[in-house]
Amino acid sequence: MTKLSQRHLLGIKNLTTQDIELIFDTAANFKEVINRPIKKVPSLRDVTIANIFFENSTRTRLSFELAEKRLSADVVNFSASGSSVKKGETLLDTVNNILAMKVDMVVMRHASVGAPHFLSRHIKANIVNAGDGTHEHPTQALLDTFSIRERLGTLSGKKVAIIGDILHSRVALSNIFALRKLGAEVLVCGPPTLLPKYITSLGVKVELSLEKALAWCDVANVLRIQLERQQIKYFPSLREYTLYYGITKKTLDNLKKKIIVMHPGPINRGVELSSDAADSHHSIILDQVENGVAVRMAVLYLLAAAN
Amino acid sequence: MRKKLIFDSDLLTITLQRLCHQILENHPNFSETVIVGLQPRGIYLAQLLHAQLEQFTRQKIDLGFLDVTFHRDDYRRREVVARASETKIDFLIEGKNVLLVDDVLYTGRTVRAALDAMLAFGRPAKVELVVLVDRKYTRDLPIEANYVGKFVNTLESQRVLVELESQGAENNKIWLINKE
Repeated sequence: MTKLSQRHLLGIKNLTTQDIELIFDTAANFKEVINRPIKKVPSLRDVTIANIFFENSTRTRLSFELAEKRLSADVVNFSASGSSVKKGETLLDTVNNILAMKVDMVVMRHASVGAPHFLSRHIKANIVNAGDGTHEHPTQALLDTFSIRERLGTLSGKKVAIIGDILHSRVALSNIFALRKLGAEVLVCGPPTLLPKYITSLGVKVELSLEKALAWCDVANVLRIQLERQQIKYFPSLREYTLYYGITKKTLDNLKKKIIVMHPGPINRGVELSSDAADSHHSIILDQVENGVAVRMAVLYLLAAAN
Repeated sequence: MRKKLIFDSDLLTITLQRLCHQILENHPNFSETVIVGLQPRGIYLAQLLHAQLEQFTRQKIDLGFLDVTFHRDDYRRREVVARASETKIDFLIEGKNVLLVDDVLYTGRTVRAALDAMLAFGRPAKVELVVLVDRKYTRDLPIEANYVGKFVNTLESQRVLVELESQGAENNKIWLINKE
């Protein structure tokens, strides 16, 4: 008999370790549900959920929508392109209009940092942050840590390297919070221009050499270079980035131990991860996607109960 | 808190044997019958019955555990959220006779949820309900058990506490407890 300490999932920062464990245990049960011949349960039958996406997404949005449908919730989708947002409506007005149609939960992605936090102070519905700018992406971090735990049994004492564009990555920040709360050691690796200046204050190590990072870690979480968020040049060229920070199957095979390779997607094949590495036995990328649905079901289920 | 013993270890053994014989009477051929215990507490009784029935019939009987948390109709209406447990049914129940096992039958809502949850594993030919304790006059739904260990008259303020050795208790004992 347990409950989350929060009414909203705004970020991993606000969650307690018990919250995360509860989400994991519930997600494990939902993983069993989505592998049944009939994948649907009636838990959220009278709940209406709005997916509001002010930024592009395929995986996250699809994953949330499937999670909602497998819980029997009613789902409405909204994307900023082709809506009144283009006509100058404010975020609060848009969301209040949607809520006036009796919506119980909001799943939102927004390009501005703190947008879901702002909303949570003004509206009654439960809010799930599906990514706010370069800040947090809590469900991604939960599914990443859930996938690691599934493979390694525990996170406590495990070594996880996050490699790539740390500066612009909400996945990196949420992962750091989640991994630290669960007792894992974290190292970030990438070109110095893409590492935030005070990142060590979060209790993570910094390593500039990819080889050293890979030799140290049990798990490598590889991130995409987010060119769309980079207003200035942070490195000379993508080719040069690949030369120094691209991971190939050969790099992985040359390591003394077997490590797990993860990627939150979308992959730029041949940039941060070569095709043969992404499809190798090291990679658990597709497990991450499967677990994503189960973890999001758990989050929605537990938040709906928190009312 | 006043406690009244309704089953001690010896009586429980006798009752389990009687339940097994009653079940065998109605299931001369056990090849089409499966046992499904309801999580979290029905599984211990299901394991006990399963072991005895396998002994009596000298054949392997499928045993599964079903968690009904996600199918409950009182979810979001209760103060506390029930924590989900594992569902483990490694066989199809399509066309089978299912013996649904739980420790206590009270409002009937768990059984209703179980009937619903079971459909994800196929359409059973027949479903029967086995309970150790049937709390009389407390049902919210028109649900009755086919095999009952003991009928007990209870008040709403009372609670049935099942302690089994397989659950980690010292002795097999079942109590009726008055909540103050």
